[in-house]
Amino acid sequence: MPPSGASTRTLTVAVAGNPNSGKTTLFNALTGATARTGNHPGITVAERHGRLELERNGRVDLVDVPGSYSLNARSPDEEVAINALLGRRGMPRPDAVIVVLDATALERNLYLLLQVMEADLPVIAVVNMLDAARDDGLDINFDLLRSAFGVPVVGVVARRKQGIELLKKELDDLLDRPDRGRRPWLWTPSPALSRELDALAALVDEEVRFELASDQARRAFALWLISSLHRRSEIAVRPRLREATLAARDRLRDQDGLDLDHETIVPRWRVIDDLAPRLVRREERPSHRTERIDGLLTHPLWGSLIFLGVMTVIFQALFAWSEPVMGAIEGMFAGLAGWVSATLPPGLGRDLLVDGIIAGVGGVLVFLPQILFLFLFITLLEGSGYMSRTAFLLDRFMRRLGLHGNAFVPMLSGFACAVPGIMATRTIDDRRDRLVTIMALPLISCSARLPVYTMIIALVFPPALTTGPFRTGTLVLLGIYLASTGLTLASAGLLSRTVLKGRPRPLLIELPPYRMPDPRSILLTLRDRAAAFLSTAGTIILVITVVLWALLSFPRHVVDTGDPQADAATALRHSYAGRLGAMIEPAIEPLGFDWKIGIGLIGSFAAREVFVSTMGVAYGVGDDEAALDADLGQAMAQDRRADGTRLWTPLTGLSLMAFFMVAMQCMSTLAVTRRETGSWGWTLFMLFYLTGGAWLLSFLVYQGGRLLGYS
Amino acid sequence: MTLDQIQKGHDAELVAIESGLELRSRLMEMGLTPGVRLSVVRVAPLGDPIQIMVRSTRISLCKRDAAGIRCRVL
Repeated sequence: MPPSGASTRTLTVAVAGNPNSGKTTLFNALTGATARTGNHPGITVAERHGRLELERNGRVDLVDVPGSYSLNARSPDEEVAINALLGRRGMPRPDAVIVVLDATALERNLYLLLQVMEADLPVIAVVNMLDAARDDGLDINFDLLRSAFGVPVVGVVARRKQGIELLKKELDDLLDRPDRGRRPWLWTPSPALSRELDALAALVDEEVRFELASDQARRAFALWLISSLHRRSEIAVRPRLREATLAARDRLRDQDGLDLDHETIVPRWRVIDDLAPRLVRREERPSHRTERIDGLLTHPLWGSLIFLGVMTVIFQALFAWSEPVMGAIEGMFAGLAGWVSATLPPGLGRDLLVDGIIAGVGGVLVFLPQILFLFLFITLLEGSGYMSRTAFLLDRFMRRLGLHGNAFVPMLSGFACAVPGIMATRTIDDRRDRLVTIMALPLISCSARLPVYTMIIALVFPPALTTGPFRTGTLVLLGIYLASTGLTLASAGLLSRTVLKGRPRPLLIELPPYRMPDPRSILLTLRDRAAAFLSTAGTIILVITVVLWALLSFPRHVVDTGDPQADAATALRHSYAGRLGAMIEPAIEPLGFDWKIGIGLIGSFAAREVFVSTMGVAYGVGDDEAALDADLGQAMAQDRRADGTRLWTPLTGLSLMAFFMVAMQCMSTLAVTRRETGSWGWTLFMLFYLTGGAWLLSFLVYQGGRLLGYS
Repeated sequence: MTLDQIQKGHDAELVAIESGLELRSRLMEMGLTPGVRLSVVRVAPLGDPIQIMVRSTRISLCKRDAAGIRCRVL
């Protein structure tokens, strides 16, 4: 039973900390497998929740606050942290806050502790990574830390679960007696700032639903407003409060002649600077492990070679290692589909089950190997500290291209598949930079386009055709990859000059000490990513697969001429997709395409490689693999236009490949874009700008080629 | 002297940050306050960004931003 006076509601405890403070490791050590990631609508920062059992207070809901150096919010993403701590916008105000401090950089971490304490929240300071601090020869004076800040302090090694039980006990005590973790501000605002804080504090109740209303909490919120809100900021605040805040800022600057940073940031650091020399003592020469590793990993020659090696391994994993697993998943679902087809009587229900649902679920699960591989590498790179070094190495190069330093790994993954690549853009902290990367990413030639290129090249550039010592087809394929990479970078540049105007936010990151990644956190991240993909993107993919199946199968056109393949071709022609294909023929005719290619383009929306099997049905050769290999090429080669000329000329092939290179024909990419941007607007923008661009490029290739005398 | 001009391996004391206001707040919250001691650890192979050490933290920032940070070499 909870102690008397306490309500029976579940208590909420927030876990805050600087990036790289081991906050997530501690969160995972406390909550284990109960952690779940949720997403705020429209905001890209995920919010993690977990449960913790305490002896006296029972079940506690733990909230993982996004890592940050301060509570000031300059972007909607950063606002999540303050919302979780102050209880704004539908989030409960926490009953206590665990502030995680990195023992190896205690001084810098104390800034956030001071800021959280200002909000009059009961706080426990957790000094994490004591083992690393010992290796560095650092001795931390815990008694001074406790007496100076006046809050409970616990030392832990979250990775090894050391000190976790003590932390739980302290948290239990704090929840019983919250006043043990609450202290007045440790610094005194100047009279002018104090005046504005008091005036604003009187207005903030409408904005914050304080359960434990106190003047100190109101003043902390007023201070947060004054420091965070400026004219252009997108932070969501009620208009009256917004105007009052901006007026207060203007008064402080113009009437009082004050500099806000010096009024708010400097006094906090003064508190810390007074303590720091006594708080941390360096007992011996520090280990220079990180410096030595950095000497190698950021070396112009060795660092570049190691970087290329690491990227090759990731590339290899996404392309080669995940292939057997993907093949096994596809095989399993093909087997299941075969079994269902053989078991159930033919009819609509069976077709829906086989071609709609089983194909849809299989089409969703097939992405998992690549997603898991990519995030395994990303968590290893981030957890070890290497990720920020790659940004250090590449920033200048990437910025020239209009991209963020962290865009490299997502872009590289894009060669395998845009879906994990787009999910990987989470490592880009700035929303604009992230959107530029997401919007440009589908232009990279992913592995699903390869079967399409291969089919077209085999058809229009037969192996016998050579240019110098090379097969012409090989050169064309190389050209396509080079062109698509060029187009990707060009479109990133174009987007940052137009719809996503702005410069990549200059690199300002911490290069954390090298550490062993925490295996438990890696596993939980992988589980979270997989669950996130399956729940949102997976649902959309499944629905669209069923819709596409319906388009390709309705209205039912049952004929029986004794030739099932010809019947299938007739049925396809009469389906909605067939009619759509015929309907869009005028639009794609200037590109050199006919209605059959039109159906193929519609069908390939399920997945680009489906183009090949749809063409198989359209050409009446069936859609099983052997038939596709043997007969489709022949059937296509004999196809003629109305005027008797061959349809599949090298020019048609080039035009179609140009279309595939650019067009947004992948619902999975759209689904994951919807999930990661939280916006249908950007998702539709992606669909239309890429498909429009594809039409234009294809038009230029085809009509340009004709002007040059090709047919 | 500004931070981008300081040679690798040298120590300096921060005098003032003259960058845009938003960047200045960000830098100050990371611990780059007037009077703090810092050292330039290395320059990236492509010549930008630079890596500094301040308050036991390695921070990487680009030269354009570093040019707004006035320092006194120690």
